[in-house]
Amino acid sequence: MAKRISRRALLKGGAVLAGAAWAYGVGQDAPGALDRIRPVVYAQGGKPPIRIGFIADITGTVAPSGRDMLDGFQLYLADKGPVMAGRPVELIVEDAAGVPTNALTKARKLVEQDRVHVMTAPLLASEGYAVRDYIVERNVPSVFAVCSADDLTQRKRAANIVRTGWSSSQPSHPFGEWVASTLKYKKVATIGSDYAFGYEVVGGFQHTFELHGGQIVQKIWAPLGTPDFSPYVTQIRHDVDAVFAIPVGADAIRFTKAYRQYGLKGKIPLIGGGVLMDESLLRGMAPEDAEGTITPLMWAAGLTTPAAQKFVDVYRKKYQKDPSYYAETNYSAAQWIAAAAAAVGGKVEDKEGFLRALRAVQLPNAPRGPMRLDDFQNVIQNIYIRKVEVQNGHAVNSVIYTFHNVSQFWTFKPADFLKEPVYDRNYPSCRYCG
Amino acid sequence: MAWTAGSSRRAAAVGIVLAGLAALPPFVPTYYLHLLTLTFCYGIMAMSLDLLVGYTGLASLGHAAYFGVAGYTVGVLATRYGWGFWPAAGTGVLAAALVAGAFALLAIRAIGPYFLIITLALGQIIWGLAYRWVSITGGDNGLRGIGRPLLGLGISLARIQEFYYFALAVTAMATGLMYLLVSSPFGLSLRGIRESESRMRVLGYSVFLHKYLIFVIAGAFCGVSGTLYAYYNSFISPADVNLVASANALLMVILGGTGTLFGSLVGSALLVFLQNLLSGVTQRWLTALGVILVLSVMYAPRGIVGAGRALLVRSTPRQHVPETRAPERAEEGSASRI
Repeated sequence: MAKRISRRALLKGGAVLAGAAWAYGVGQDAPGALDRIRPVVYAQGGKPPIRIGFIADITGTVAPSGRDMLDGFQLYLADKGPVMAGRPVELIVEDAAGVPTNALTKARKLVEQDRVHVMTAPLLASEGYAVRDYIVERNVPSVFAVCSADDLTQRKRAANIVRTGWSSSQPSHPFGEWVASTLKYKKVATIGSDYAFGYEVVGGFQHTFELHGGQIVQKIWAPLGTPDFSPYVTQIRHDVDAVFAIPVGADAIRFTKAYRQYGLKGKIPLIGGGVLMDESLLRGMAPEDAEGTITPLMWAAGLTTPAAQKFVDVYRKKYQKDPSYYAETNYSAAQWIAAAAAAVGGKVEDKEGFLRALRAVQLPNAPRGPMRLDDFQNVIQNIYIRKVEVQNGHAVNSVIYTFHNVSQFWTFKPADFLKEPVYDRNYPSCRYCG
Repeated sequence: MAWTAGSSRRAAAVGIVLAGLAALPPFVPTYYLHLLTLTFCYGIMAMSLDLLVGYTGLASLGHAAYFGVAGYTVGVLATRYGWGFWPAAGTGVLAAALVAGAFALLAIRAIGPYFLIITLALGQIIWGLAYRWVSITGGDNGLRGIGRPLLGLGISLARIQEFYYFALAVTAMATGLMYLLVSSPFGLSLRGIRESESRMRVLGYSVFLHKYLIFVIAGAFCGVSGTLYAYYNSFISPADVNLVASANALLMVILGGTGTLFGSLVGSALLVFLQNLLSGVTQRWLTALGVILVLSVMYAPRGIVGAGRALLVRSTPRQHVPETRAPERAEEGSASRI
């Protein structure tokens, strides 16, 4: 009998402990996080709210960047008040955890259950493709702020997909030309993450770099989540003028560390895709690993325009860190939606009218600079060539050159550009490798 | 199996559940139909895994491979070659069975943890193919644009209400077939193998052949779930084939109760609904899910259905015990086995 009682006591104790742990977890969330995931809606004059669906990736492998996305969007609502065109805004956040299937299920929930008026897309290209057909079929006005797979606004574009972020190869095109003509590098080796995003960033660079006399002499692909970059770094040819790198996420941190530890840093200049030196990664990188790296992107925390400075100040004050491009793109996505809602006088229920407004928005003064859409609904924007500078141990992307109003097609004719296949592992082929 | 009071009661229960599920669509929001459809897809997968884990004692950690093979086969045939539903689905299931047949030759020879590791490695091969064979699978971007099927006879499954009924019918049929399988003499000899391989061998059973057959059959049923899933989501990506997907299936089986076919359906429902409803409430949903899983493994080690059955047996002393006694006892052993 005694034994049985003790077991029951154990069970009770376990339940109490678990309950306490659960309450603690919830309690932890309560002050900041609960209002962060479900901001309070203030009824204003009894007008029904504009419902915005936000598919976030705030858990899982891409959580740090996903967190920045949500922070950026919510900063706008906190900054300007949760009101658009005189109507309160209800932001409905659903976590997809970086998994394509979850993103699709959440999109269905937001559209069918919450009946959102506009939706923002998740982070990863695979998630973007997973939700694409569904939101096209349901004709949901959608804003893609980060998800950058080229074809979403090229060969697989759709009238209700508005991309205020970028296409992966968009910054690479001007950069390839600039590296060939300004830095005068002749031979470059590339190393990139072995999936579509890496192919598109490298492909865009190779395309314009070789058109202007450069040669890609080596292409190395490392799988996502490579734990140790020494086997890849040691493969890099030593007779090249520079290395173009685009490992993503935590891979970028491990790559730059290996690059310095194997003595390449200081010998062969490091350039790369913009995400390599994104502010979200600079936070975790040793400043000496990052210093001097030159990359292109449509955002830099070191941008000195008044709009950028103001955004950086507000963001730093609220989150105590430099805003990454994930944060800026979502802040400006919120700006974009607000502008479209204002253009239709808050009548977001008129789907076609609202979509027309979403496509017609022009933001002359977004933090990153002027933004408008091309005929394929991808944003035309400035591309900044940034160099990492270290001041008092703090690494920051300083802008050293600006390309104004760059389209995803760069200087190519869209029709000709779209006849070519999308950039891939073996396209453009490596003519000078050997 | 003789038709007794117990089995007619069971048939009545199944009928009530089926009728309830069939009556749902007009009354519940479509989002829940989506979640139920997902439950059915994963449920068939988990049940097919239970054939191995619960009934034969083979804990596999690579079951998503067959799910993926079928899903990708259907996807490629439908998007690239424009195949219709029936031939594509048939080929998808066949492909899953063929791959299972090949993998079984390698895996069956091992037991226990070795079997687990070999199936894990084999599963990763399929994942690697999905991830790296970009020209066929679309790589990390996945394969999209698999249209909802046309069944012929003017039946289209474009809307979720229609697809829900289709998924329900497929699930009911698959469940029925698997139930017949496990209660057949073949199913009984599988349980015998689970309890004691050497004894079965001495009795003259071909243990290898039994294991091989059930491995292929489980692969084929898993192929059914992969096919259903690919048509439902119109999309399949490497994330559906990876280790996490395999582990999720195993989790559903364990949660529901190993060796209780229907338990896997319950486990699937639990996981799908918990994940999707909790993640809308708190960003710590993974923590909450973890606590629930740990608690249920601690306090219901035989799964939800197992625990429910134990409660039932305790509350109604010795009435329908004699007839179901033998398999019950067999299942007790299975808990310690995985």
